[in-house]
Amino acid sequence: MRYLPLTQPDREAMLAATGAASIDDLFVDVPESVRLAGPIAGLPSHASELAVERHMTALARKNLSAGDAPFFLGCGAYRHHVPASVDHIIQRGEFLTAYTPYQPEIAQGTLQMLFEFQTQVARLLGTDVANASMYDGSTACWEAIGMARRITKRGKAILSGGLHPHYVSVAKTMAKYTGDALDVALPALTAETDIDALIARIDGDTSCVVVQYPDILGRIADLTPLADACHANKALLVAVVTEPVALGAIRSPGEMDADIVVGEGQSIGVGLQFGGPYVGLMGCKEKYIRQMPGRFCGETVDADGRRGFVLTLSTREQHIRREKATSNICTNSGLCALAFSIHMTLLGEAGLRALAAANHAGAVAAAERLARVPGVRLINDTFFNEFTLDLGKEARPIVRALADRGILAGVSLGRLYPGEDALANGLVVAVTETATAEDVDALATALEEVLA
Amino acid sequence: MSAINQSGWRPTAPERGGSAAPTFTGNKALMLEEALIFEIGDTETTGVDFPCAPAKAGAQFVSPPSRGHKLGGLERSSPIGLPGLSEPETVRHYTRLSRQNYAIDLGLFPLGSCTMKHNPRLNEKMARLPGFADVHPLQPVDTVQGALQVINELAVWLIELTGMHGVAMTPKAGAHGELCGILCIKAALEAKGEGHRKVILVPESAHGTNPATAAFAGYSVEDIPATDDGRIDLAALKARLGPDVAAVMITNPNTCGLFERDLKAISDAVHAVGGYVYCDGANFNAIVGRVRPGDLGVDAMHINLHKTFSTPHGGGGPGSGPVVLSEALSPYGPLPFTERHADGHITLVEEETVGDRHPDSFGRMTAFHGQMGMFTRALTYILSHGADGLRQVAEDAVLNANYVLRSLEDVLDAPFGAAGPCMHEAIFSDKGFAEGFSTIDAAKALIDEGFHPMTMYFPLVVHGAMLVEPTETESKAALDQFIGALRSVAERARAGDPSLRTAPHFAPRSRLDETLAARKPKLVWREPEATAVAAE
Repeated sequence: MRYLPLTQPDREAMLAATGAASIDDLFVDVPESVRLAGPIAGLPSHASELAVERHMTALARKNLSAGDAPFFLGCGAYRHHVPASVDHIIQRGEFLTAYTPYQPEIAQGTLQMLFEFQTQVARLLGTDVANASMYDGSTACWEAIGMARRITKRGKAILSGGLHPHYVSVAKTMAKYTGDALDVALPALTAETDIDALIARIDGDTSCVVVQYPDILGRIADLTPLADACHANKALLVAVVTEPVALGAIRSPGEMDADIVVGEGQSIGVGLQFGGPYVGLMGCKEKYIRQMPGRFCGETVDADGRRGFVLTLSTREQHIRREKATSNICTNSGLCALAFSIHMTLLGEAGLRALAAANHAGAVAAAERLARVPGVRLINDTFFNEFTLDLGKEARPIVRALADRGILAGVSLGRLYPGEDALANGLVVAVTETATAEDVDALATALEEVLA
Repeated sequence: MSAINQSGWRPTAPERGGSAAPTFTGNKALMLEEALIFEIGDTETTGVDFPCAPAKAGAQFVSPPSRGHKLGGLERSSPIGLPGLSEPETVRHYTRLSRQNYAIDLGLFPLGSCTMKHNPRLNEKMARLPGFADVHPLQPVDTVQGALQVINELAVWLIELTGMHGVAMTPKAGAHGELCGILCIKAALEAKGEGHRKVILVPESAHGTNPATAAFAGYSVEDIPATDDGRIDLAALKARLGPDVAAVMITNPNTCGLFERDLKAISDAVHAVGGYVYCDGANFNAIVGRVRPGDLGVDAMHINLHKTFSTPHGGGGPGSGPVVLSEALSPYGPLPFTERHADGHITLVEEETVGDRHPDSFGRMTAFHGQMGMFTRALTYILSHGADGLRQVAEDAVLNANYVLRSLEDVLDAPFGAAGPCMHEAIFSDKGFAEGFSTIDAAKALIDEGFHPMTMYFPLVVHGAMLVEPTETESKAALDQFIGALRSVAERARAGDPSLRTAPHFAPRSRLDETLAARKPKLVWREPEATAVAAE
């Protein structure tokens, strides 16, 4: 077996050195009644690299990959071009096959990268600090709600109707067990966001208001009045960014005085990957760092006075605090954080702004084109690279019909909000730099035919 | 014509005696210092070409022809402060950083409880097939049947290998999987009207995530006592069981590297009083193909795909923590999951299709469908090994650990060495080291020997613990070299060699001041001028 270096003579010599007569002697503590006598019946035996590759490739071919179709899906996962060097670097064994940097003297590569990542994320989100990543945006969002509870010692979180419904679902699941009360709402197919309604719902029991920016329908609203209203009630503003490329074009939530900003970092460097692994971004105001979950990398010096980096503030974490930890999180998303950081370094501020501008320009052009399709209405007054269309009839079957024509048209709100008739006609369309003008034409033409 | 060495100069033997002068750069040949991107990059530089943007410094950023912004007056006008580098500089920056890391690709990585095994590159290649890597999680399910089949095939393997009834695939990592299992238990208890059970029993030797998870789910945590041979005290556990106990969380093999012989009896006792058994499957590598947790009465167990099934650790993630479930707990598992129909078509059961058929699911734990990229890698690995190869994995992992244990117990205290064989990891302690020398000194000295240290000071039940997990992917020659190195280090620690106290001497950095880092946290880079102003 190609992954096992021991030879049979090795095994015999080593067994003799341990004093065991057979390998079974080493498993003597396993009760005889439950020991398996041989390989589990009914499962295949080992296979060559060629055979495995054949099997996996056949499975991969059953999928319609985004690069093989005009592609317009977003809603929390975005298709951007990732420079080739990103994937090359993350496959270097020193990054790929390293462990969490618990021995900093021989992990400065990972640690310095994390320090750079934290700084990039903090600057992008507009927060004072950021941690070394979370699992993904949805779990980071829930952790922010928990963090707000610990800071404010209040148990009611108000969730905007514009928050990704999966993020809402995760929060609902977790809140069942922590006792947090969640005040939730559905989005409405209107140009206006629910900022004013959120402000009206804040009261003295509110721990935080959670608002997505841009929201699930692609709308953008100034968060400043909401932040002011939160702070007037000693509540926190948690902002959620599922498309961080947008922050190359629009003001950051931190600039609008959000207290905690979380995000899904997938769209920079990581790729679609059918939903995971992704990378959760989490930043906050400096005064709240001791309530943050997850790992932090910090700067220090070594015994010879040279700059170096270590994991720090670990007295918040489970391996030290056990049942009193801020979260049970252990593993984060290190390699995806590296991919994010490399892509961000390649882009730089000039590149990020250019990428964002290209996305927005493409989306504006696509929205205009699609709004001219008979029966289609553009919901948004504001958007970055994603907007919502009212198709005038149920969107789910139309998405399927367009998929049959080889076009991946977007995400129907019926998929995200099953059973909500008021939203069933909504189609969320994302237009990134990967969509060409021809792709947009193909979508518009096909949509005309299917709706006719 | 060769341009090489036309001078006729020939090398001669170097003169001995002189010590090296400090270099101008601070570099030491292949050991290269590297500045931060904030020190070497600038915000005008980009390593990416755009049709509408300048590729290099100097020129002002120009907006593309606009059809009218739709940004609601929220254009970002202030500087962000994100430095860029050209592509060659970027590749060099990260390549130089990478060389300051230890990794499995460089050598044995005996970090106990972490299962640092070889990461086959076929896994990486398969995960990058466009049909897996370039697929959106919300595409119509008819366009992603192959991806769903990967999830389904892996699920079947995990169920068969563990002898369990069902599996929840979505948890993002081991601790997330623990949470999934505990939430299933809580949901099952509430469904039975037993939501009043508030205690979860956890051994002192458990991973820190266990009590943290139990506490998150609203349980109070009590310790399970251990016997002198490093295992759960069955009699004491039975005495504690009662109507307030929701579950026990047990790691098997445990963190002392020992198989919990009494697990079946423990499960029976817990079930008899209406509780459930959670098994931390972090150490499944030791028993895969040799014994099935389902046969031991386990109700829920997470499987770290990044341990047993070789998906790379990546310097701290991403992980993946599917949870296998007993028949009693399966109905409560999270959304979404896959269902395979007789015709081979696979549906994705999520909020829209959950209907009346899965009313007991406790809900969703994450956006989308779990760590697909890890599923692809793990399935590739499992198919490569097959049922026979996976059994051999456990056998070689256990053999390697016992070989290390027996080769070193004359120079290192092995607290459970006399009690019989270990499983996949060997535990030692610093007992016998000279006064003032501890585990950390041995660990840091191993760095100078070219190895990653073992797990230090864990589990907490062994004072000065050193937990060594070699895994099955080490050759005998590699193990012999490691054993020789650790023997040498142990002998120096016993003799009180003062140079151990300042090890490592040959790493890119000497011991780092962790107290300073925690006392004055510097978590982001700031311009030096700003720091100077703040200090005044």
